[in-house]
Amino acid sequence: MSIISYRDALNQGLAEELQRDSNVVLMGEEVAQFKGSYKVSEGLLEKFGPSRIIDTPISEAAFSGLAVGASMMGMRPVVEFMFWSFCYVAFDQIFNNAANVRYMSGGLINVPVVFRGPANGGTNVGATHSHTPENFAANTPGMKVVCPATPADAKGLIKSSIRDNDPVCFMENTILYNLKDEVPEGEDFIIPLGKAKIVTEGNDISIIAHGKAVHTAIEVAEELSDKHNVSAEILDLRSIRPLDQEAIIASVKKTNRALLVEENKPFCGVDAQICFLIQDQAFDYLDAPIARVSAVDAPQAYSKSLESVQLPGREKVLKAALNIL
Amino acid sequence: MEGLHHDTNLEPTTAIPDAKLDGKEDNIIDEQESDLIPTDKDVDFALLPVNQDLSDNDKIDLYDQMVRIRRFEERSLRAYQQGKIGGFLHLYIGQEAVAVGSVSVLGKDDHVITAYRDHGHAIAVGMNMDECMAELYGKKTGCSKGKGGSMHFFAPDKNFWGGHGIVGGQTPLGLGIAYALKNFNKQGSCLCFMGDGATNQGPFYESLNLAALWELPVIYIIENNGYSMGTAEGRHSAGDPLARRGESFDISWKVAHGHDLYEVRSVVQEAVERAHQECKPTVLEIITYRYRGHSVADPDQTYRTKEEIEEYKTNKDPLNLFKRKLIEENVLSEERALEIDKSAKDEANASAEFASESPFPDADELMDDIYWETDNPEKRSSEGRIFFEVP
Repeated sequence: MSIISYRDALNQGLAEELQRDSNVVLMGEEVAQFKGSYKVSEGLLEKFGPSRIIDTPISEAAFSGLAVGASMMGMRPVVEFMFWSFCYVAFDQIFNNAANVRYMSGGLINVPVVFRGPANGGTNVGATHSHTPENFAANTPGMKVVCPATPADAKGLIKSSIRDNDPVCFMENTILYNLKDEVPEGEDFIIPLGKAKIVTEGNDISIIAHGKAVHTAIEVAEELSDKHNVSAEILDLRSIRPLDQEAIIASVKKTNRALLVEENKPFCGVDAQICFLIQDQAFDYLDAPIARVSAVDAPQAYSKSLESVQLPGREKVLKAALNIL
Repeated sequence: MEGLHHDTNLEPTTAIPDAKLDGKEDNIIDEQESDLIPTDKDVDFALLPVNQDLSDNDKIDLYDQMVRIRRFEERSLRAYQQGKIGGFLHLYIGQEAVAVGSVSVLGKDDHVITAYRDHGHAIAVGMNMDECMAELYGKKTGCSKGKGGSMHFFAPDKNFWGGHGIVGGQTPLGLGIAYALKNFNKQGSCLCFMGDGATNQGPFYESLNLAALWELPVIYIIENNGYSMGTAEGRHSAGDPLARRGESFDISWKVAHGHDLYEVRSVVQEAVERAHQECKPTVLEIITYRYRGHSVADPDQTYRTKEEIEEYKTNKDPLNLFKRKLIEENVLSEERALEIDKSAKDEANASAEFASESPFPDADELMDDIYWETDNPEKRSSEGRIFFEVP
């Protein structure tokens, strides 16, 4: 176990899988010589050479589709999007081709490709660079979607995603890249997709979150405990699809209250689905309406003063929690 | 061929008006380019080695394949009209020599991918009529178990990677297949078929750039049938010929006639050679024509005349032309041609029978073939719920 950053954890995970399987390649804009726009791939070019760590032109549609075609042939490409926002120009390749080829071929073809990169707001880069498409990626049957919140999860989940035989959308967060925490060492460390994690056990309210919202939930839980004598349980979903429904329902049945927090936009967001599942599976256990805090329903703004109120902050989440307690 | 813009443009284009360099007229058509644009009279493609190497049986087999594709599609059209086939049915009738000629020069590490007008390519790579017809009928015995339909035939065991419904969407996939071949050190190629309409989709250009930049053995074959759905080439594309667009990326390109199977074989073989020997891409534009509408449900008289279709059928039908050639070469007799035709019709009818008698997929099968993991539950490594509504 060593304490490393989320960025380095991803780097380790990628390096281990590149080492383990010669069919794995990493491609994307600036991943090789430039060492990655966010330095996630630093050192990999030197270690694995230019045939494995591949700089692409700014052509998301072509290199995403190329990766899908190569995966159909048995390779395991990992595609880095500098921002997940840029997937919008490659939409057809990801959501038509990667997600549907297996189905349309009656199961004759596998598409073991990983699309990864940061998908978050909060960095003053405006609406075009701040999209969080986990909800519509998860709305696509055939696709798997992962949103790691911690360095250990980033490593364990990227390794599982690369080994997975289905296409995976792996969504990171630029604000978390510098976050440091304990990360297990060794090639064998993996975290299965679809397994949520109880970050903090509690009895009075379940705060269910994914991605960076997990860290907001942790702050709120501390305050609830310190100032309000409330014991909050935090559930980090880690994967959106598959989804650990069992863990969600078990937690809500225990605490009888659910607060859902996400940095996704609200309408048809991930938590809309989770809200449905809770009322469907644990209706009689609820002592209060399900509460939900998501990003403000406006395009992501540039100005710090505006953007600071767009993402679900500590105060807002705390208020929502107190509302249902 | 009044109105058939694409068929009138095989001659070298003239200089861009007013294009001047250093004060004098610049002839933009260089020697190489003139060579690349074929003229009917210059070459007898039958005499080229690639075609001279064909045995009599090989030639009859090529003719047989074209006839089988046509009879299959004619039979499928009838089934469509009877309401047995739903959705879209994009027929390849008129273009048969392109798929058959192209696929006939391929070896074991050469691969094929195409768009939604895919029946011809599927049969050319060796898929059987039963699995294809059953797929059109939406039956369990179809090549995609009734989940793909007309636009989505696949046979990876025959190096055939679809069958793709979105115009131009297959162009990066073909690139990826070529990329994988190079990565695995295979001396192969990927023929990526597309229509003239697909040349105006952005991913095609991104793919051309990567194909040239990374030296990938992909061969883009633009089957130019003159119409992007109902919009004639002259109304959808600037610059002519379309294949010349490859030149911006220093990609070798060529224009050929698709009604002459020998000519198709010759240009595709040259491109495959380039892929195998130099690991480099090619753009081919093969001028062809479709007799039916874009899809058979679409009106066909709003953008072209019956006379135009009739003229092509009379003068350039690829099956008739090849039959005539083989008869002239004493390879084929009228009697044998009739037998081939009858056998193809019988096979097509039998496939319709097979499709008709096959069962529809069960509702439970909706949930098969979505994820590798759910199809292989004993090997599943992920946990959690993956489907949120089932039959």
